[in-house]
Amino acid sequence: MSAVAALLRREAWLAARSRSDWLMPPFFLVVVVTLFGLGAEPNDPRLARFAPAILWVANLLAALLTLERLFRADHEDGTLEQMVLSPLPLYLVAACKLLSHWLLTGLPLVLLSAPLGAMLGLDTAAVVALVAGLVLGTPCISAVGGFVAALTVGLPRAGLLLPVLVLPLIVPVVIFGAGAVRSAQQGLPVDAPLYFLAAILAVCVTLVPWVCSAALRNAVD
Amino acid sequence: MLQIDRLSIGRGDRVLFAGLSVALQPGELLHVRGANGCGKTSLLEAIAGLRRCAQGGIRSTPDELARHWIGHRNALSPSLTPRENLQFWAGLNGADTGAADEVLAAVGLGAGVRRRAVRSLSAGQKRRSALARLLLQPRPLWLLDEPLDGLDADGIALIAGLLRDHLHGGGGVIMTSHQPLPAGLPAVRELALDRAGQP
Amino acid sequence: MWTWFHRLASPPHFYRLAERWLPWVGVAAAGLLAWGWIGGLVFAPPDYQQKDAFRIIYVHVPTAAASLSLYTMMAVAGAVALIWRMKLAECVLVATAPVGAGMTVVALITGMLWGKPMWGTYWVWDARLTSELVLLFLYLGVIGLQQAFEDARAAARACALLAIVGVVNVPIVKYSVEWWNSLHQTSTILKLGKPTITADMAVPLYAALAGTFLLCAYAILRRVQNELLWRERRTGWVAELL
Repeated sequence: MSAVAALLRREAWLAARSRSDWLMPPFFLVVVVTLFGLGAEPNDPRLARFAPAILWVANLLAALLTLERLFRADHEDGTLEQMVLSPLPLYLVAACKLLSHWLLTGLPLVLLSAPLGAMLGLDTAAVVALVAGLVLGTPCISAVGGFVAALTVGLPRAGLLLPVLVLPLIVPVVIFGAGAVRSAQQGLPVDAPLYFLAAILAVCVTLVPWVCSAALRNAVD
Repeated sequence: MLQIDRLSIGRGDRVLFAGLSVALQPGELLHVRGANGCGKTSLLEAIAGLRRCAQGGIRSTPDELARHWIGHRNALSPSLTPRENLQFWAGLNGADTGAADEVLAAVGLGAGVRRRAVRSLSAGQKRRSALARLLLQPRPLWLLDEPLDGLDADGIALIAGLLRDHLHGGGGVIMTSHQPLPAGLPAVRELALDRAGQP
Repeated sequence: MWTWFHRLASPPHFYRLAERWLPWVGVAAAGLLAWGWIGGLVFAPPDYQQKDAFRIIYVHVPTAAASLSLYTMMAVAGAVALIWRMKLAECVLVATAPVGAGMTVVALITGMLWGKPMWGTYWVWDARLTSELVLLFLYLGVIGLQQAFEDARAAARACALLAIVGVVNVPIVKYSVEWWNSLHQTSTILKLGKPTITADMAVPLYAALAGTFLLCAYAILRRVQNELLWRERRTGWVAELL
């Protein structure tokens, strides 16, 4: 237990030393959504119809920004090797890294998405569906993205490869997440897509740390 | 304490060495020598458990012999201080986190250096911080890849002292070094790897 | 009981076995494809609804079936490679990806060409088309990942993990796209006429299906042979062979 605490405390220290790392994704999200607003006609009511897709895709891309570096620094300075050799099972190490990525990148994005949704003309019910979907969906993005980041950690061109590998895997999350917002906009119940998202999250939480640790082991071997 | 039997290690599709057999007794230091690229680091990595062996085996008594691995990379996060780095390693390995200051002092790092970001330290200071990990927890087998790299005469003498104490206490060391080993170490044995891979 | 398994996994043994099988597989593939395509494109009667346009089924359905089966096979090879650390399975995994990607591309293109006369447009966001497209991305991801590594074994293990995660993902993608599609149904999708298809239509289809699978097997075996030769290029049996 103290080992897990040590890992999380280290992530907090690292985050405190490099603020730009976790300030950048929220800033990116705001800029992208603003640009969509500016790219459309002024006060175009149709913007609200595309808002679910815009917000979800912007969230996904913003989360991808920091994923590439999730394991990179640790791999380069040799920390990852020591983590592999530590008595703590590697899947717990991976789980801690993924959790910290979500707390530092995913959670701020979720919180920021609510006002941005209102900016794009979503009504209250739709904003609630958006936030609920993001709460369930962004951990999946962190998990799947973290797995791919672990696969590509030692590679020179990981920055290009990462989005290409993550995006097809994350299709269901975007469909259900944006679908929940659309259902809310049309006054339909939103529980079905949210349940699906929760199911995907359950699969991610249970399986991804294991495959992620296998990928990390492959990277140091 | 450690028995290596007809070990073969490859990198990619290249065989680095084959059929290496060597044993390490308690209180003994095995100095692995050889040209660049002959597989010294790979051998240490295999013993540490980072690399799978192509063939042959590594046995230790007891089976789960605790070992310290200090690679040629220091495993220090550049934005954290040596103290924070050591606290993290202590926490991860279940050692006493309060010992961080003590072990850093033991490798000759003053209170001021301990609180600066690793990024701003000299190569020798970084190496000392990495080697301080050896003292966080007593473990019988030390695997050191170029531990003397970047150290000044003082630092080398200091590490020699650590090695001596460890060997006298019945521990084993396997290390690589391209510079001559400091004088006064007990029970040093040389293991020369050559291209053909025969010891 | 496992001796045949270990023998099969030995690269020189498998290489020679493949060498012996390949001519038969090739001839069978060519024969079945010729039968299927000539029978389908020339002799089968035109569909009562779709007229001659339906004939693209003789290319589309076999390649679509192959694209899905090959992905599954790739994931199984990946699991074998990870669990038993079998070199041969790694080679099969690496060799399957480009063949599967090719089948997916053909299935997508023929699907689009078929869509134009049937649906009036080349592309509809229908569940099958969309999941086939995602499948193509997954194949390309495996190929891209494999190319990025220098060490062949590390590459194969990384691809194995990706393929396994992908194979868990494919049904979820399929289901999610179906769900997404049913939420706001696009009206234009025409259900294919489903009267029981006559024997002179069906038999060539089965022949084309079997022929396509054998063609894939041929391509994969050849690629596995190449991969084995390259990986084992420093060993005695390759030197002896060449």
